[in-house]
Amino acid sequence: MAHEATHDHHDHHHAPQGFFQRWVMSTNHKDIGTLYLVFSLTMFFIGGSFAMVIRAELFKPGLDLVQPYFFNEMTTMHALVMIFGAIMPAFVGLGNWMIPLMIGAPDMALPRMNNLSFWILPFAFALMLSTLFLPGGGPAGGWTMYPPLSLQSSSLAYVVFAIHLMGISSIMGAINIIATILNMRAPGMDLLKMPVFVWSWLITAFLLIAVMPVLAGAVTMLLTDKYFGTSFFNPGGGGDPVLYQHVFWFFGHPEVYIMILPAFGIISEIVPTFARKPIFGYRAMVYAIACIAFLSFIVWAHHMFAVGLPLGADIFFMYATMLIAVPTGVKVFNWVATMWGGSMTFETPMLFAVAFIILFTIGGFSGLMLALVPADFQYHDTYFVVAHFHYVLVTGAAFAIMGGTYYWLPKWTGHMYNEFWGKVHFWCSVVFVNVLFFPQHFLGLAGMPRRIPDYNVAFANFNMISSIGGFLFGASQLIFLGVVVHCAFFARKKAADRVWEGAKGLEWTVPSPAPHHTFEVPPVVRDEELAHGHVDD
Amino acid sequence: MSQQHDVYYVPSKSQWPIVAAVVMFLTVFGAAHWLNAEPGDTGFGKTVIAIGAVGVLGMFFGWFRSVIKESLAGNYNHQVDTSFRMGMMWFIFSEVMFFGAFFGALFYIRNFSVPWLGGEGHGVLTHQYLYEAYSGSWGVAGGNGPLHVGGAFSVVQPWGLPLLNTLILLTSSVTVTIAHHALRAGHRGRILLFLGLTVLLGATFLYCQAHEYMEAYKELNLTLHSGVYGSTFFMLTGFHGLHVTLGTIMLAVIWCRVLKGHFNKEHHFGFEAVAWYWHFVDVVWLGLFLFVYIL
Amino acid sequence: MTSGSIRTDGAEPGRGLGIKRAVAAALAPMLALCAGIAQANPEPGQLNMTRGVTTWSGEPYFLNNVALGVCVVIGIVVFGAMFIAMFRFRKSRGAVPEKWSHNTTVEIIWTAIPVLILMALAWMATGGLVSFADTTGAQMTIKVTGYQWKWRYDYVDYQGKPVSKVGFMSRLDELSDKTRQLGSGMDPYAVKTGNENTYLLNVDKPLVLPIHTKIRFVITSEDVIHSWWVPAFGWKMDAIPGIVNSAWTNINEAGTYRGQCAELCGQDHGFMPIVVKAVSQEDFNKWLAAQEQANAPAPAATPAAASTAAAPAGHG
Ligand code: HEA
Ligand code: HEA
Ligand code: CUA
Ligand SMILES: [Cu+2]
Repeated sequence: MAHEATHDHHDHHHAPQGFFQRWVMSTNHKDIGTLYLVFSLTMFFIGGSFAMVIRAELFKPGLDLVQPYFFNEMTTMHALVMIFGAIMPAFVGLGNWMIPLMIGAPDMALPRMNNLSFWILPFAFALMLSTLFLPGGGPAGGWTMYPPLSLQSSSLAYVVFAIHLMGISSIMGAINIIATILNMRAPGMDLLKMPVFVWSWLITAFLLIAVMPVLAGAVTMLLTDKYFGTSFFNPGGGGDPVLYQHVFWFFGHPEVYIMILPAFGIISEIVPTFARKPIFGYRAMVYAIACIAFLSFIVWAHHMFAVGLPLGADIFFMYATMLIAVPTGVKVFNWVATMWGGSMTFETPMLFAVAFIILFTIGGFSGLMLALVPADFQYHDTYFVVAHFHYVLVTGAAFAIMGGTYYWLPKWTGHMYNEFWGKVHFWCSVVFVNVLFFPQHFLGLAGMPRRIPDYNVAFANFNMISSIGGFLFGASQLIFLGVVVHCAFFARKKAADRVWEGAKGLEWTVPSPAPHHTFEVPPVVRDEELAHGHVDD
Repeated sequence: MSQQHDVYYVPSKSQWPIVAAVVMFLTVFGAAHWLNAEPGDTGFGKTVIAIGAVGVLGMFFGWFRSVIKESLAGNYNHQVDTSFRMGMMWFIFSEVMFFGAFFGALFYIRNFSVPWLGGEGHGVLTHQYLYEAYSGSWGVAGGNGPLHVGGAFSVVQPWGLPLLNTLILLTSSVTVTIAHHALRAGHRGRILLFLGLTVLLGATFLYCQAHEYMEAYKELNLTLHSGVYGSTFFMLTGFHGLHVTLGTIMLAVIWCRVLKGHFNKEHHFGFEAVAWYWHFVDVVWLGLFLFVYIL
Repeated sequence: MTSGSIRTDGAEPGRGLGIKRAVAAALAPMLALCAGIAQANPEPGQLNMTRGVTTWSGEPYFLNNVALGVCVVIGIVVFGAMFIAMFRFRKSRGAVPEKWSHNTTVEIIWTAIPVLILMALAWMATGGLVSFADTTGAQMTIKVTGYQWKWRYDYVDYQGKPVSKVGFMSRLDELSDKTRQLGSGMDPYAVKTGNENTYLLNVDKPLVLPIHTKIRFVITSEDVIHSWWVPAFGWKMDAIPGIVNSAWTNINEAGTYRGQCAELCGQDHGFMPIVVKAVSQEDFNKWLAAQEQANAPAPAATPAAASTAAAPAGHG
């Protein structure tokens, strides 16, 4: 038995038989990647449903549907589910699927740990979501869980432990990705010939390992303050509630880049493919990501301008935050320069990429405005902030994930998705998402605080517009579900190996669908196959 | 990176990951129940924790057993070895960041929150309006904050047990290194001796620390409740102690594996991983000794 | 009620920075639309931040407008270039892809230009921040304490003299409170003060303040973190248990200014508004004297000392 089992790698091509064997005991990066993606989509729908509750309650002034406490539970859970359940696992899923294919590796470096990283997640979310059914209710202090408020919640322990589990999962996933990239590249795949997506994940994984433990530390202090009588966040005992915010945001700010850097990577794959022209300034793109990652460690207090920091701290964090616009700008300009002089077509992935560039940049602009401290005194904790981060998260991270899904779906399933419905999904999404989030800028500027279940009638019109946009945007995602399910199970049209005319890179040299095991022996990588084979800049 | 590129190795399917996920879930689920237990609770939480904890131990045992088997069967090539090494290194880095959070909290508390509460710099108004009597010093005089949470306490003197513990850990780092050299030179007897010594030193450290804690609780009235001084003291040394415990257990396991002849001059990643971990625990202690006990 | 006070200029930067005026002038046409409808309290359809009514509140307003303008300009350039590219270099128009993928000169240019723009913005923001941080020279001190879910105001000193025992709680007005209950069947549009809708923006006892007076606020909380925010003053400041923060304002115009708690503080976070009634100094003096009178004999039921009590233990 042991002998057979350990020599599994000799009977390659076919996927293993039993359902349980294949999906639960997997050591296959593609299957695990699929699990991650399916999980993420499920969570996107759950988190989205919570958002629909929020938008429905905010549809018009007056409390119509839910109690304020439940509203706060929805806000909190919506964010936690979307961040830790939808966006991050989606990127890990894409990384799992594509990184080995892109660098010529047979699988992830540590396949069993990979499986564990995934399987922790459903349990962690079961634990977290179960609090909604507890007598005391779920967490309702916002996803940032500031004490002392979060210490009033009876479900704190559940949430803290769920976060510990998610953290362990993320750290193991990140370790795996680093080891894969550094150790499993095929001969000839030099670091500076790797696809930008792989680079973005390498740096993201580093961020994850650096900050997830800090989050674990922060929530552990919450736990001991509540249950074991420590005084970290209690001034009476010499602590400080603001300390929590420092520790949390030391995690939290890199966290938001964890949710955008892989998106940059995806866009940097899609744009050159459909422009049929190599990415402009490859090295600058890589350095810019590294630079953003570095800066992300020294800007955390821009979330805390209203807590009464010393003047010098405000100034330092303002300057550091503003600096991030420079490397991010380099990325935006380079994408545009990649398009310039290309030969473009606009299939669904490219449409999402273009929308990403515009809408993410708009989110970045509002970020820059938030960085200006005196102005942030007004913006802070209003819907202006909500608008900012949904532009970077929904039209940024989520759009990149959707674009990436359309881009690689044929490679995964071996079938073309339905281009018409893909485009319908795109156009509905891009229109409604702006109806949903753009008016929130106005609400914030006019003075509507965030995290409130009800509001003055002055905010009524834009809230109603936003809610309508929200419902329609949510409904549009059903099209996405339809297109993906159709492509996976019902589509007839076979996909070519090189699915897109302009696509370059190792992943397009393997068959579609990618066989269960790729690259059993290391491929010989020729520079012409690579998107960045001859980097001379 | 020297890679061996003849053939890639992908491990076989395994049930251990899903087992691990389940037992981890059970442990924390039980713990959360236990923390929220009403008075007169039937002990449901505790039971679940117990099941989970036993499960975790069993899982580690089973998982590592299968890995060791595969390793002994010679399945792991050089590339797998490198992956393991990277995995361990980055894992240790994540641990560094975990301790970093608590050290960061300590620095913030000592350099900002306590002085501010005592009216320095940014804290004038806080002091003026809330804690006029508080002078904001660290340690006995004010480490438990303006409200003297937990009552008056004394601190552990660095030059007694803590110093001894420092010496013990430093020595243990030396012994584990000697054992490593012996391993590379192929002296089994010497490995067993020095590795055994390391385990003993680790255990002694833990004994001393337990003693120190008892003294702190019984005689010094220094407890986890002693304001933020007690919080940082026990959380930092406690998490460190937990890591020493794990490290000691791991060293003991490695000792048994040496006894069984699992390692040779070239292949002894398991040994090295544990040695790295031990050094890491050692370095953390030095930080603690300096910042928690001395300064 | 001065909610209609209309401002058409983005100037009056407080510190009289020439460049600010220049930039403002350059951006004026673009901003005219937004700037023209700025007012103190939220208005239906309001698109831009309020200009506010204090000596400092122009700073955030001005920065907001400048930053917005800068972003719009950059956006037009970048998206413009992109749309031109998307139009010109399409395969369907027979475009043939170029081979180049690098150009050091343009890369340096588009790194340097944002740096310059940012430096200008940072400089302006720093000026505003420094003036805000200066709470010296205040003629009056108000202590603000946040509670779940109401505010307490204590008048600490005025014109250099301590004020004795003037302090009160301020909470959501009854009509709003009834209307906001789930399934109350009451109409939020019917909650009015005068002809202004004050649903969720009205309190039983407003904070009364004099105009043309530099007022220092010392802000703290008794339970969880709240944040004291009146948009017309241009800032918000967190009220943190066990910590005292400070901020200041100097109101230019009499009127009623409404704000809300701006930090999630539990289930009724949305229902702890702030109302400031700014009155002339003479009126204020009269009002204060009356308050002192009323509170003087009886050792008031309002436990002023409570506000100096301990921070709540964070654990249970
Ligand atoms: C993917 C996630 C993501 C990303 C990428 C960003 C990007 C940025 N964010 Fe954002 N942010 C969030 C997610 C994200 N943010 C979230 C979730 C919150 C709220 C958390 C909470 O409270 O719940 C938040 C909140 C937040 C705040 C706190 C607001 C408050 O609570 O008061 C601030 C303040 O500085 C800020 C700033 C920025 C900046 C400067 C960037 C920059 O990185 C943006 C840089 C990009 C550009 C500027 C555009 C492209 C550049 C050019 C075209 C070049 C030329 C441009 C100029 C010279 C202007 N963000
Ligand atoms: C990480 C990413 C992420 C994503 C993708 C989203 C997506 C969305 N968010 Fe989220 N949001 C956050 C992260 C995210 N959000 C964070 C961090 C906060 C801050 C929380 C806090 O304050 O603590 C927040 C807060 C937040 C608020 C403010 C709440 C408050 O302050 O009280 C609002 C309000 O409109 C909102 C709305 C939405 C909507 C409408 C979507 C939509 O894009 C969702 C669309 C998806 C679906 C709707 C699901 C799919 C479809 C169905 C289930 C079909 C059925 C539906 C219909 C037929 C209508 N979000
Ligand atoms: Cu008080 Cu929100
Ligand atoms: Cu941030």
